[in-house]
Amino acid sequence: MNSAVKSKDGAGIDFGRALKDGVLIGIVAFALLGPLVGLKTDQNMANELILQNRLGLAAILSVIIGVGRFLLSAFIYPWIAARGRRSKSAVTLAELEARARVTRGLSVTGLVFLFVYPVLIISLFGVQGSIKWVDNYGVQILIYVMLGWGLNIVIGLAGLLDLGYVAFYAVGAYSYALLAINFHLSFWVLLPVAGILAAFWGIILGFPVLRLRGDYLAIVTLAFGEIIRLVLINWKDFSGGSAGISSIPKVTLFGIYSFDMGASNSFIKAFHLSPSSAYYKVFLYYLILLLALLTAFITIRLRRLPIGRAWEALREDEVACRSLGINTTNTKLTAFAIGAMFGGFAGSFFAARQGFVSPESFIFMESAVIVAIVVLGGMGSMIGVALAAVAMIGGTELLRELDFLKLVFGKDFNPDQYRMLLFGLAMVIIMVWKPTGFVSARQPTAFLFKRKTVSGDLVKEGHG
Amino acid sequence: MTTSHRNWDSDPVLTVEHLTMRFGGLVAVNDLSFAVGRGDITALIGPNGAGKTTVFNCITGFYKPTTGMMSMRPRDGSLHLLERLPDFVVARKAKVARTFQNIRLFSGMTLLENLLVAQHTPLMIASGMTILGVLGIGGYKTHEREAIERARYWLDKIGLTDRADDPAGDLPYGAQRRLEIARARCTGPDLLCLDEPAAGLNPRESAELNALLLSIRKDDGTSILLIEHDMSVVMGISDHVVVLEYGTKIADGTPTETRNDPRVIAAYLGVDDEEVEEIEHELDETTGSEGGRA
Repeated sequence: MNSAVKSKDGAGIDFGRALKDGVLIGIVAFALLGPLVGLKTDQNMANELILQNRLGLAAILSVIIGVGRFLLSAFIYPWIAARGRRSKSAVTLAELEARARVTRGLSVTGLVFLFVYPVLIISLFGVQGSIKWVDNYGVQILIYVMLGWGLNIVIGLAGLLDLGYVAFYAVGAYSYALLAINFHLSFWVLLPVAGILAAFWGIILGFPVLRLRGDYLAIVTLAFGEIIRLVLINWKDFSGGSAGISSIPKVTLFGIYSFDMGASNSFIKAFHLSPSSAYYKVFLYYLILLLALLTAFITIRLRRLPIGRAWEALREDEVACRSLGINTTNTKLTAFAIGAMFGGFAGSFFAARQGFVSPESFIFMESAVIVAIVVLGGMGSMIGVALAAVAMIGGTELLRELDFLKLVFGKDFNPDQYRMLLFGLAMVIIMVWKPTGFVSARQPTAFLFKRKTVSGDLVKEGHG
Repeated sequence: MTTSHRNWDSDPVLTVEHLTMRFGGLVAVNDLSFAVGRGDITALIGPNGAGKTTVFNCITGFYKPTTGMMSMRPRDGSLHLLERLPDFVVARKAKVARTFQNIRLFSGMTLLENLLVAQHTPLMIASGMTILGVLGIGGYKTHEREAIERARYWLDKIGLTDRADDPAGDLPYGAQRRLEIARARCTGPDLLCLDEPAAGLNPRESAELNALLLSIRKDDGTSILLIEHDMSVVMGISDHVVVLEYGTKIADGTPTETRNDPRVIAAYLGVDDEEVEEIEHELDETTGSEGGRA
């Protein structure tokens, strides 16, 4: 309360100064813009050099700059300063508890919503109209939620900055694609296989690099991600090169029903439905939802086991861990392998959903997006990561919907092309607003009397 | 006191022989030999830069000594050569636990969690190396409850039970030091190495620390090796004092013996006459308090 009063006082005092500031900057701007913008040399029809007087334009620009500066000094800077003061002042336990309650409520409603979402969409848009909403939004976002949760184990819990996570996603996708095509194995057999192979590659990568810390670890993992991609491009006999692998078999309903129209056990024929790919999409939606929830469930369980506590302890202080008899190399490797395993699961799902994989899908940008989701969400927080995935992936998808902007900016305007720009802007704003991510507070894994939320200020991010 | 005189010669828990540690051209520890008696409180003292913490880092496996042999004999009768073991094995198998000069708690984790992390090794086995634990089979829950009880016992002992669910980073300095000792003790060590446990403590906290260390020794029979500058701690509770100067041992004996060693007074306390008198006076005082306790 006190700080709010102070900041109001501060704004009152700042007002005169802001005006002075604005006028001063306006004058300086005019002094600069006067000769630069206000006077323009040009050629007339007789090829003579003439001087155009555009001082009016310079004046308008100066006024805009002056007013902008005034607004900055009067409102924006005090607001930022007040924010800084507020975030520095310790958050009370009651506030933390209230936030934790909100988070818990949000996860329950979110879960219920996720389960009814396809039903809701079909009832709103019809069977055929639901494809876009279930597939482009639902499935796409849930893949990233799952990837975010998988990487959250590595970055959020163990504090190891892994910039090559997409490599394990690629291993999972290619494992499924190659084994399904060459050995005609079912998705349900290959899902665990892909997970195990990804975990295996996680260990192979982890073994040499986990003695590195911080930036060095980040660089080596980044390189590993690129190596996997380049191998996939260049080893044409194995992976089909940059052309990729196509006609990857679809997922079946546990081998009982197929989603291929022509198959004898076709799901659509069996239930006498009108032919549409929407049913397959809904099936995929529930499949990735369950896979993501499996990731969440296992992560929550692991956190309460000694290995999960060791990961978090490792993020807090590696030296202290070693002094307590924890084998830090093995602990890091487990985090890497388990994170990679979930990446592999997601990868094999991705391959089955797309029916086509190529190295193009596994570029560094993907890793960066997943890391951004984990960091934005608040490292270690499941619900935060899920929210960040919705914001990042859903937000980018939504940009495709903004066709009305073409009316404003002309026919050639494609809002989709600005998504990276908006993406960056959103990241900067969120990092200013909430530097530790959406949900930074930590829930203890055990308690004696009462579970108290730990403020994010005390939780360390880890350094490799 | 149950310990006989010169316990460290007759029944050593740790024997350090000819330990030398070089960093490039700098000889931090030079041909150091000493023994830590079972059930003793041994103090390793010396002026700043004498190499005390280096000795600790060698014993706990954080440094690999240039030469030398360190044999650790836990209660189970096994023998471990510490210079051959990686740091986490020193803690796990050779039963040596340590604290740090600059406190290294897991500040974002609660007090209880800090003490549970310390019980990682037995809990890891109880959770079937995680696999059984994830599936929810095996008796992990019972083991965790036992571990929580053990943690509670130690929280009671350091007087922080009511703060069990607060993050460790929120504790005041003195409490953090006590928690770090409790955390090291939770690993179930036979030798507890404390690096300046009384640094930054006020006299009252210092007295509490003495009581805590004595009770750890009495209740659990854990041997304690400590680095300390606080003479009231060193002279008040230790059975055996080893004095280092420039990495070399200059005195080794009971507190009374080392206290009266002129080389110790010269090296550790400075050669200035005035200072020596002053310190001698201080030492007389601590002798007095020790006598009072006996």
